[in-house]
Amino acid sequence: MPHQHENNVALNSGLIRALRNLLPPESVLADAEDLRPFECDGLAVYRQLPMVVVLPETIEQVQSIMRLCHAQRVPVVARGAGTGLSGGALPLADGVLLSLAKFKRILNIDPDNAMATVQPGVRNLAISEAAAAYGMYYAPDPSSQIACTIGGNVAENSGGVHCLKYGLTVHNILMLKVITAEGELLTIGGETLDSPGYDLLALMTGSEGMLGIIVEVTVKLLAKPERAQVVLAAFDDVGKAGEAVGSIIAAGIIPAGLEMMDRLAIQAAEDFVHAGYPRDAEAILLCELDGTDAEVSEYIMAVREILTDSGATEVRTAADEAERQLFWKGRKSAFPAVGRICPDYYCMDGTIPRRQLPHVLRRIGEMSVEYGLAVANVFHAGDGNLHPLILFDGNKEGELHRTEEFGQRILQLCVEVGGTITGEHGVGMEKIDQMCVQFHSTELTQFHAIKAAFDPSGLLNPGKAVPTLHRCAEFGAMHVHHGQLPHPELERF
Amino acid sequence: MPASMSDTDLGMELRQQVLDAFHNEIPLNIAGSGSKAFLGNPVQGQAIDVTGHRGIVEYDPRELVLTARSGTTLREIEAALAEAGQMLPFEPPHFGDNATLGGTIACALSGPRRPYNGSARDFVLGCRILNGRGEILRFGGQVMKNVAGYDASRLMAGAQGTLGMLLEVSLKVLPRPAASITVTRVCGAAGAIASMTALLGKPLPVDGACFHGEQLYIRISGSAQAVREARGKIAGDVLPDAAAFWQALREHQLPFFMHHGALYRVAVKPATPPLNIDGTWLLDWGGAQRWLYSNEDPASIRHRVASVGGHVTVFRGDAQSEEIFQPLSGPLQTIHRRLKTSFDPKNIFNRGRLYDYL
Repeated sequence: MPHQHENNVALNSGLIRALRNLLPPESVLADAEDLRPFECDGLAVYRQLPMVVVLPETIEQVQSIMRLCHAQRVPVVARGAGTGLSGGALPLADGVLLSLAKFKRILNIDPDNAMATVQPGVRNLAISEAAAAYGMYYAPDPSSQIACTIGGNVAENSGGVHCLKYGLTVHNILMLKVITAEGELLTIGGETLDSPGYDLLALMTGSEGMLGIIVEVTVKLLAKPERAQVVLAAFDDVGKAGEAVGSIIAAGIIPAGLEMMDRLAIQAAEDFVHAGYPRDAEAILLCELDGTDAEVSEYIMAVREILTDSGATEVRTAADEAERQLFWKGRKSAFPAVGRICPDYYCMDGTIPRRQLPHVLRRIGEMSVEYGLAVANVFHAGDGNLHPLILFDGNKEGELHRTEEFGQRILQLCVEVGGTITGEHGVGMEKIDQMCVQFHSTELTQFHAIKAAFDPSGLLNPGKAVPTLHRCAEFGAMHVHHGQLPHPELERF
Repeated sequence: MPASMSDTDLGMELRQQVLDAFHNEIPLNIAGSGSKAFLGNPVQGQAIDVTGHRGIVEYDPRELVLTARSGTTLREIEAALAEAGQMLPFEPPHFGDNATLGGTIACALSGPRRPYNGSARDFVLGCRILNGRGEILRFGGQVMKNVAGYDASRLMAGAQGTLGMLLEVSLKVLPRPAASITVTRVCGAAGAIASMTALLGKPLPVDGACFHGEQLYIRISGSAQAVREARGKIAGDVLPDAAAFWQALREHQLPFFMHHGALYRVAVKPATPPLNIDGTWLLDWGGAQRWLYSNEDPASIRHRVASVGGHVTVFRGDAQSEEIFQPLSGPLQTIHRRLKTSFDPKNIFNRGRLYDYL
């Protein structure tokens, strides 16, 4: 409809003009080549140019942008560093992309109260670097921590390799300043350990930009442990490695990190960074213990014994800090390492009860044969968070489609065994259909009502994170779960 | 785990009662054992008894997850955990012999370990609730990491039943520390605050810090080695029978809590210097949670605490016409109202317990 199109163009240029009245010229981007860097986040299979990108640098500017967009009913997608892996920051063609990239000041480090207040565009690692002067750090460490920002971490409730002991983002923040869809400034949580009223801090964490724009974050800081040490154990069977994880925990030890990799992931990582992993192992475990010097020594002894008793073919303690770093480098490079051995890979993110690991890995292996697509598994074993990497070639006809279907079946398997479709990457655009598998329509309706409580006009990141019931009905018609339709009350079409 | 004789699932019966209340617009007062009924505004409504809906549904120590029905007593849960050498890390106060899991999570109270290990809400992994329409909804799950959907299960923690009736809660649990000692020494309030906050910056396995009656108490827990090592770094004498002290602190059974009059809970940043408010103080949570008996004007107490970024709850006793909980800002009130309506459109659950508009 050309007429409609002309109307849109007129409306859009009106909005862009209005935005230019609010912000300096370089902070409003509307030319296609300037918009290009914002067309996707870390999940590049989804791409879309936004109508316009704005780069505000003050809270007042964010408020006026939101007031303008609210008045004109224009949707807004917030973006941090764009490292997200679920398409949560995917722009809308008729929407504003609001980048928080200019909010990158550390406002206050308060070692006496063990907290730091930062702007949302501050990188995760930069907080720990700034706190290091006081012997402190910010605990959650997603693998993208050199690039990802704290605002995005809050929006996604990011984890990392130290979650089992130190928790997720939700456990490590105290206070947020948030701008609502209507441009109102809210202070959520507080500098105290709890705050009056409902726990909106929990609700806001992991809300994927659907409830408000985060413009300031106060995080908890922890004292840096005196010592950290890693034990590497090799196994000739993934089941035995899984069993060893349960035995360490049953012994009353909570490792700082407990990671597992399977054969393909081990080999890819080893070829890439030469971490000294045993290439012939079916699985390795990396178990990091931290605490005081004597405590770590005591735990290392205990863990080595448990690993040996669990049938490890080799147990190695990092000889020095350099080797410890190298062991971790292998794990942290696992994704790019896999990227070297295939044209494309697709990273999944399900969580399962740990005891289900052998079953789930066996089923993934069977599906891998069925789809003719190889899978490398890396696993936050301590907290049951599985990252199968499906290897594929996007240039081969139909392979991306097969990969996506395979991935969906892995997530459904996670739900079947009592787990969840996303442990830390978020739902975004990517897993929106799988939400229909995990939740019933009453629950999804409640989620929509929660969103409406913050954003009655539905202008913040619309279409992400929570599917409409119609979408689920269409999805359910294609994928019948447990022989039942998940939404029997809905009409089918 | 074999179900005990008293395990019963009353989910469907409770649902029917809520449906009836929804259709007839009858306000309900969700009742566990009543151990925390003193907290919050009095609720007018028909009592709906959840204590029969009980039993541990699933507990596998290797998974560090326990799921139980809301009427299960904390006593039963803690006994099952102790058998496997584990614990509820947030050390919930019971405030009564038959305190239930549901009331514990709804009130979200945490004991002395809170600043070091986390709060009641931190350990909630998932829950099953009845909303105000009589729908059974499940949020979160039984796994450590789960970011599917809004975190509605942690939202239930501290909502005091105003958003829904808890039916089942899954919690993360942790191993009990192998060893624990408490070190105590005489000092003044300012010195105690300085010492407690200095510990936050040190990598020591401290899991309790309290100041009361010119005496500072620091609890150190962890592996035997860790405790021995940390003991050498913290000045003071070893307190005999320390477990009884912390238990009495957690349950408000220390002589301090026998005062008459209103007991205020003052939440502040831990390093906040002693506040110039007349009364008797006890500092817990390393200074972040302070208990106060005072005859000063409640509004003035609230005002002075707010001026240092803190907030006040009238925890026990009458503080005249003053609100029990710290009033919320206008924009936050709007969101609270809308959230309440979204879960409980006819306002049947625990009407007014938290604020008169919820």
